[in-house]
Amino acid sequence: MRIQEHPILGTQEHGTLVSFTFDGTPLQGYAGEPIAMALKNAGVMVHRYTRKEHKPRGIFCAIGRCTDCVMVVNGQPNVRTCITPLEAGMEIRTQYGVTAEQPEGEAK
Amino acid sequence: MKRYDMIVVGAGPAGLSAAIEAAKHGLQVVVYDENARPGGQLFKQIHKFFGSKEHKAKIRGFHIGEELLAEAAALGVTVVLNAIVIGIFPEKEVTVKVEDRVEHIKGDTILIATGASENMVTFPGWTLPGVIGAGAAQTMMNLHGTMPGKRVLMLGSGNVGLVVSFQLMQAGCEVVALADAAPRVGGYGVHAAKVARCGVPFYLSHTIVSAEGTDCVTGVTIGQVDQNWQIIPGTEKHFDVDTICLAVGLSPMSKLCDMAGCEMEDNPAKAGFVPKVNEYGETSVSGIYAAGDVSGIEEASSAMIEGRIAGIAAAAKLGYLSEEACQKEIAIQEAALDGLRQGMFAPGMRGKQITETEEGVAISQNLLQHGFVAEEEIVRFPGVTHQKGVHPVIECTQNIPCNPCQDACPKHCIRIGSNITALPSIDAEKQCTGCGMCVASCSGQAIFLVDEDCGDGTAEITLPYEFLPLPQTGEKGVALGRNGKPVCEAEIVKVRSAKAFDHTNLLTMKVAKEFAMQARFFQKGESV
Repeated sequence: MRIQEHPILGTQEHGTLVSFTFDGTPLQGYAGEPIAMALKNAGVMVHRYTRKEHKPRGIFCAIGRCTDCVMVVNGQPNVRTCITPLEAGMEIRTQYGVTAEQPEGEAK
Repeated sequence: MKRYDMIVVGAGPAGLSAAIEAAKHGLQVVVYDENARPGGQLFKQIHKFFGSKEHKAKIRGFHIGEELLAEAAALGVTVVLNAIVIGIFPEKEVTVKVEDRVEHIKGDTILIATGASENMVTFPGWTLPGVIGAGAAQTMMNLHGTMPGKRVLMLGSGNVGLVVSFQLMQAGCEVVALADAAPRVGGYGVHAAKVARCGVPFYLSHTIVSAEGTDCVTGVTIGQVDQNWQIIPGTEKHFDVDTICLAVGLSPMSKLCDMAGCEMEDNPAKAGFVPKVNEYGETSVSGIYAAGDVSGIEEASSAMIEGRIAGIAAAAKLGYLSEEACQKEIAIQEAALDGLRQGMFAPGMRGKQITETEEGVAISQNLLQHGFVAEEEIVRFPGVTHQKGVHPVIECTQNIPCNPCQDACPKHCIRIGSNITALPSIDAEKQCTGCGMCVASCSGQAIFLVDEDCGDGTAEITLPYEFLPLPQTGEKGVALGRNGKPVCEAEIVKVRSAKAFDHTNLLTMKVAKEFAMQARFFQKGESV
């Protein structure tokens, strides 16, 4: 959810609206904002599932320290989405363990 | 290999301040920061700072950040962003990763100002998406214009927990409760009071039992703890929330100091593993300094002064400044730092239970246990008086280093004196004009203008208001008490916004006169 008008900060400046995909679904966000913010505003909470226990993870520290929010971006795994700027046309995928492939036969 | 007079690690308040002082004295300075933006956490601080003029009191944190950056740029300080310092080696050789390459540089002096990282607590469900650090909430709201959630539970009643709770409400989120395992509110009472009067319930001696949800947080259960921090069965309370915010303290990020060979210590008074430093911030390694949270958790205000001291000391060490001039300049900074380290929340007071103020007034226990001063307690504080006509009512009840209200009043109605931590008192001889400068100047939003008897059975209360939408004149609603509970009907009779108020709007509401000393907040909507 975007803050439309803030009592102290006023109307916050955003870049240009660009398109990207999340697990193949087209979404939109602002160029230059962290990928995680674009996803959060699109309602995406789960960024990855852990390898052994398949537990969901999302944004935790939002400053690139905890690595909970890593995803597969343009084919590259372990990208910290909270500090990586969104670019037009990015392909972002949920990360399972360290890949974008959902393990077969495992309960979600 | 490129050489600098001073290499600064971290472009936060301490690092930038050190760079500014060093550059002022002619040193060639480079500042590295791993983030894409400089300023550390300053740009997430949207509240007005405490202190006095020299500490930039009543200026909002992000404006202080802008000032520091402008000053550094004007002095020719190089700030390199997205640059991670990965090693400090003998002879002050530094390796820094910039993009995909590693650069070697050498410094005649080094300042380590890497700040702190957030502490965490674990409970069942703590890894679920929707459980976030308080810093993450600030980053989302104040840098990226994004609401962390709709309904939030805050864990932690220190200044971070209190300030971020207020910021969450400013961003449009609902804070359903504030919990802390400690038996007493840890942060400034004025920060707690401004959250409590908005209707946020405080649960002291409570902690999180579990977070609920499958793929993300859908609820949380808290429970009361006994003396051994164990949940007392039957005390559990459930809240439907989509976000749980953790504000459970900070720890110094001092690994670089350790790596550089500085003598380290585990010091609970400094909240963790820190380098041992002398009065100039110099570590056991000659020419390597540490300033700000990395050498002991405090506030941004003290970090800036520590940075300045290290910058001046480094200049003297390299011969850019005579020993005599250095001592003179540092003495000024030390005095400013000393001013901040006074009062009930001074570093030396950590963990101590205080029962009365410096003036001998009993501390409000209700404030410590529930976040607001009870009606029967508020009358004993020197800022709370009864007078004819409009007059300030200052609900400032703890000794904290802060005095902008004293200078804000053009009629000198408010007196703190030279002791910066003294509770403000009212000079009844001086005539208040109702200008409202004191209301807007109070970083703790603890000052109200009250006309206890307008002559027609009503009273008028002017209060600071930093939320949207801004109520309009003629709007009717409910006056809330200090505890955030409805007191009586209220009507807005005046709304003032001015550049000098810096986004603190002044709402004047009319209530029946018997509620003059109870009504402290305005809520739109239906009558009581």
